Amino acid sequence: MNSASSPAISAEASRLADSGPAIALEHLDALWLQVTGTVCNLRCAHCFISCAPDNDTLGFLSLETVIGWLELARRHGVKEYYVTGGEPFMHSDLPGMLEAILRCGPVTVLTNGTLFTEPVLTRLAAAEAASDYSLELRVSIDGPSPETNDPIRGEGTFERAMEGIRKLLGHGFLPILTAARVWDLADEETVREQFFAALRDVGCERPRLKILPSLRIGRETLRTGGYDRHHLVTEEMLDSYDRAQLLCSNSRIVTSRGAHVCPILVDHPDSLMGPTLEDAFRPFELRHRACFTCWHHGAICSNHGDIGRNAT
Amino acid sequence: MRPERVAVFGGIYSNHLALEAALEDAGARGAQALYCLGDLGGFGPHPDRVFPLLREADVKVVQGNYDHAIGQGLADCQCGYTDPRDNHFARISYEYTLRNTSDRWRSWMRELPPERRILLGGKRVLMCHGSPRRTNEFLWESTTSSDFLDWLTREYEADVILATHTGLYWRRELQGGRAFANVGVLGRPANDGRTEVEYALLSASGDRPGVDVEIVSLGYDHERLAREMQDEDLPAEFVETILTGWWTTCLEALPAKERRRGRH
Repeated sequence: MNSASSPAISAEASRLADSGPAIALEHLDALWLQVTGTVCNLRCAHCFISCAPDNDTLGFLSLETVIGWLELARRHGVKEYYVTGGEPFMHSDLPGMLEAILRCGPVTVLTNGTLFTEPVLTRLAAAEAASDYSLELRVSIDGPSPETNDPIRGEGTFERAMEGIRKLLGHGFLPILTAARVWDLADEETVREQFFAALRDVGCERPRLKILPSLRIGRETLRTGGYDRHHLVTEEMLDSYDRAQLLCSNSRIVTSRGAHVCPILVDHPDSLMGPTLEDAFRPFELRHRACFTCWHHGAICSNHGDIGRNAT
Repeated sequence: MRPERVAVFGGIYSNHLALEAALEDAGARGAQALYCLGDLGGFGPHPDRVFPLLREADVKVVQGNYDHAIGQGLADCQCGYTDPRDNHFARISYEYTLRNTSDRWRSWMRELPPERRILLGGKRVLMCHGSPRRTNEFLWESTTSSDFLDWLTREYEADVILATHTGLYWRRELQGGRAFANVGVLGRPANDGRTEVEYALLSASGDRPGVDVEIVSLGYDHERLAREMQDEDLPAEFVETILTGWWTTCLEALPAKERRRGRH
């Protein structure tokens, strides 16, 4: 990880570029729903949208609102759905939302794994069993032990999240452990093995692991010093680049404010493209430094990204 | 005369024995034309044995991502795995296939088209490898909405779309009598504990316009294939799949529902 840049430099370097290459929305493959806004029961040190119990910058979506977006999305032939927050399991209507989505498509929920209750998991398992589609649960843990995870995600969160994974396994789910790369790349193989061992310890015989790059925005700016001057995407960098690797070429996210370009940038005013889904169908200019991370690693938010292949 | 019945094979993965059995089976079932949706090599032994069979039987082939990669001599199979174990096995398979595919067939593969279209029973049938828009797009049964498939049929002006890339057969009826089917693969079993492999038989449905898509399960001499793979020093994990019907590698991309149906 590059943590050499000083906060003073990063403040200057975190400014938006005046212009950037415009990425067209080829087709709305994935619709993301930020159902609990920036409200989360945890306060992770690396959160790129600074979620916390007291951060209601972006608010909850009601069940009716979600169903409204879903109906619009269906008309455009959306292939799959993602539900995120904040922490989606803080929403009392989450089961109803997932039931509604599973009637028309596959859905992935991004969660910290600390708030699962037996009645909710029973209901979700039944909803998935009744559907043609998969309900994926991505549980975020950022280190394979309390010593490595808890400094990032908070005291006791490793044990609580692993207990959450144990509960999911008990209900027949095969969760995807999702970790932000907060370790040195040189240690990756060891860390990966340690994650697999931790999963086996809670009875997971088919471990699934997704590693994300850290995004040096939001609260993560304080931890890493943010981006440097050269972290911008230029037209030349898109020559013979597969634009399908960029989430903004195939996805949008809706929050309590409307339709935004992508889940990473919801905190930034220019990410809001308008109140309706159609407003968000226009191209988006890659002016943010976090766009560099997405460009570099590719498909970082999807369930099966290319981070392992492109990361250097 | 326009054919009334055609056979469509999915990935062959160098399984020349299953291909031989499929050619015979499709002929016996009255198929008047034969198609293959690509991924001719990989996984199995002796990749060069597949091409003469395809040519001799006049099978019309679509280019898969593997064919593109082997044809161009790319660095890997373009499946995009990130799991180190999956990558390890994918690399063994790819390097073996590249080493054992002659230049003549590599240049032939480079020229294969990305899609083929036919009219059958008055319906427009579009044959592709992954999806009509992308050779290596995964269209899994449990992660592909019907809304999206409806959109594909409209966007690509087809009544029936056929693909193979994921390696698991499935089919879905869509709006307006349209349909999508993954025809399965001849290369390896469908991760269901059986050793048979699958292909699709498409038939014009009598007097009214329409196409029936039947998925055919096919037995072949899988024990001989296993022996050939062992003789070529291909990984024991691949041989196990052929002998047990359960996938042992490249499991990363499987969505939850498909993964749960398997053993590993």
